[in-house]
Amino acid sequence: MKRMIPIIILLAALLVSCTAVDLNAAIPVFETGVNPDTWIQIPAGEFYFGQHNDIQTTDAYEIMVTDVTTTQYAEFLNQALADSYVKVEGDHIVGYYPGDEFHGVKHEEKIAAGDWLFIPLNDPSQRIRFDGEKFSPQPGYENHPMTMVTWFGAWGYCGYFDTHLPTELEWEKAARGTDTRPFPWGDEISRENANFYSSRDPFENMNSFGSRTSPVGFYNGKTYNGYATLDSASPYGLYDMAGNVWQWTGDVYEGMHYRFMRGGSKDTYDMDLRIWTWNNATPTYLSPGVGFRCARNSK
Amino acid sequence: MHIIKDRFNFLFNSTKGLILVAIAMIALVTAVWGMLSGPMAEMGIRDVIIRLFKMDMVQAEREGRIVILYHSIAMAVVAIETYMITSLLKMKPFLKTAINAIITVGYILTMIFGLGFAYFGHNWAFHGVYIFGLSLIFFAGVLMVIALWPWKKEHYQLDKTYARTKKGVDIERVAFFATALTTVISALFGAIPGTFFGNGFEVFLAENVIRLPEKTTMQYSIIGHLHIMLALIAIMITLIIGRWLNFKGILHKIAMPLMILGTVVLNIGVWGVATPLEPIAHMVIYTGATPSMFAALLLLIWSWAKLIRDGTAHIQKPTFGQKLSALVRDPLKFGPTWQMLYMNFTTSFLGIFMAIRLDEIFRVWPAREERIELTGHWHALSAIIATIILLYYGNVIGLKGKVRQFYGWGILIFSNLALAGVTIFEMKRLLITEAEQQPLVNGLMYAIDIGLGVLLVLLASLMVWRLIDLFKKKGRWSEEIVTELSQEVEK
Repeated sequence: MKRMIPIIILLAALLVSCTAVDLNAAIPVFETGVNPDTWIQIPAGEFYFGQHNDIQTTDAYEIMVTDVTTTQYAEFLNQALADSYVKVEGDHIVGYYPGDEFHGVKHEEKIAAGDWLFIPLNDPSQRIRFDGEKFSPQPGYENHPMTMVTWFGAWGYCGYFDTHLPTELEWEKAARGTDTRPFPWGDEISRENANFYSSRDPFENMNSFGSRTSPVGFYNGKTYNGYATLDSASPYGLYDMAGNVWQWTGDVYEGMHYRFMRGGSKDTYDMDLRIWTWNNATPTYLSPGVGFRCARNSK
Repeated sequence: MHIIKDRFNFLFNSTKGLILVAIAMIALVTAVWGMLSGPMAEMGIRDVIIRLFKMDMVQAEREGRIVILYHSIAMAVVAIETYMITSLLKMKPFLKTAINAIITVGYILTMIFGLGFAYFGHNWAFHGVYIFGLSLIFFAGVLMVIALWPWKKEHYQLDKTYARTKKGVDIERVAFFATALTTVISALFGAIPGTFFGNGFEVFLAENVIRLPEKTTMQYSIIGHLHIMLALIAIMITLIIGRWLNFKGILHKIAMPLMILGTVVLNIGVWGVATPLEPIAHMVIYTGATPSMFAALLLLIWSWAKLIRDGTAHIQKPTFGQKLSALVRDPLKFGPTWQMLYMNFTTSFLGIFMAIRLDEIFRVWPAREERIELTGHWHALSAIIATIILLYYGNVIGLKGKVRQFYGWGILIFSNLALAGVTIFEMKRLLITEAEQQPLVNGLMYAIDIGLGVLLVLLASLMVWRLIDLFKKKGRWSEEIVTELSQEVEK
């Protein structure tokens, strides 16, 4: 019998691995006090870009203080559907994209002009609901970042409001300011700074559903039901520039169909929250850990 | 005084002592630096270790630290293989002494001063000594190439049951020579871009640039260097295991030329990535890898047949069960070739699958997912090489009876458990969505952590036992000091 104990333990562990995940498990609801409709002015000038501190320059621009929320995206879809900017095709919301110039570089795939997927409605991780007429955020997720959105869906949102996805330069300057800090708030990271993998925030349960998104602006120094956060705004006052969700950026590079993301997410270790760390994927990729925010030229 | 002198003589002037020191150094580094990532970081142990050892962990320098850590461990592994070769193969005693002495000083300096520089503030003198250590290892490699020169009459193979030319040139020695020579050249292939990036601190990890469509020649060199060095370390350990098991006969005669062909073509393919040959380099690499892997398969077939033959010699008509029992009777002799076979599931097949379905599957996933596959598959290969070394070392130190079974099967079962977990973890996106993955990830992490944990406990037990042995007047060390691995080659 003693010989069977390790095998029984192993089998038990494997059985636990097969447990179904409740993607709609109750989520704590907190009001962060950060208004996602706020835009922040970033001044023109030089800043340190990348891990090796290359000096780069941007013009002045404005950028959203937080990621776009599910509420904001649902409102956009309601307006855009009425304006025929987006269409419902079965379980998909699609919209027009004018395509990319194709260079035939190795691994490059053609992104042609046409209707592309913005968001799927049938994915169990989708936090936007559609009753056939109106879009609305899933209760509890109203102030969470919009996820399960493709690059086209993010590009379409920003474009609809005459804004744009931030370029990598714009994104990084907004996150870093003008010094060489590795994180938006400074030199080191602790669990109370951001939502990352196994950061023990109130939204995660590593025994079942793992990490989940946190409300935008959550890490602002407030205490929520005894969970104290550190104020983790960037030098310009942006929130969630590290962790929570990867953020699509707007650059379309020659010879490459991949789109780049910045900021790390609830699903990555702290090293991926360093400001210069990038991720990329095909523009049709969507994930519960990918969202976006918009930027616009200064008025 | 002679008590210390005798021990020092064993540890630094005998093959088995030198191997023990190198394994102990790797064990020590693994024990401390293994606490800085993965579940140890999640549990907060990383922070404790950083505070305890007063490590200086600047965020922007993480990639540079890791590059030095990899090199520190890899150099000790290269030293272990070198000791094995100088003890298994005939060569001039002067050259043997010089190679062993130089590589020992080299890897110890590399390890101590490299890690000192990377993790404990940037003392540039340390960096200089680290580079000096690497240079010594390179020089030892050059001497090794000279020592292995196969076209000397005294190195000719007289026994016709081994692979040899009509004149008598030992083809197996040519395979060792080709692997050593290409290792030295491939070291340069990394040293040149290493100097370029290291001087400007603009280091990077290959897995972080792999998806950029335009890479510089220096970046290609780094990517090629890390692939070929690991492949060459794997080829060399295959040759070493073949020599220990006394690989011979018709399969040896087929395998050794294939090993040479594979090694040379593989190297040409990898060096080609930094030249205009880049578009066809991968085809050349596949062409080179195939004969090398086939040669390893022939070793496996030969050694398993021998184990079965020897184990059932006393039975007139052995049944399948008796043959199987004979095959797995000695885990230390069965294990190395089993690990080579297992490597195909965790590394080779996976790598080939990735290459074939790159754009259809892997490049649809985000870059960070692809990074998991890339780092996972070469960590798995490194771990397999390490376990093969440990299995051979178990035989070198003469483990017997239950301890031999416990040690051998412990390494095999738990490393296979961990590596199976790693392989499924790498490929999990084929099985499950991001949103639903956590229970599977937890189960795999249990398998990986239990597997690696038991392996480390086994290694620690071995090291403690050997440490205690050193305090004994007539310990095992006193017997090992005089024996060479060539004396213990299988009959």
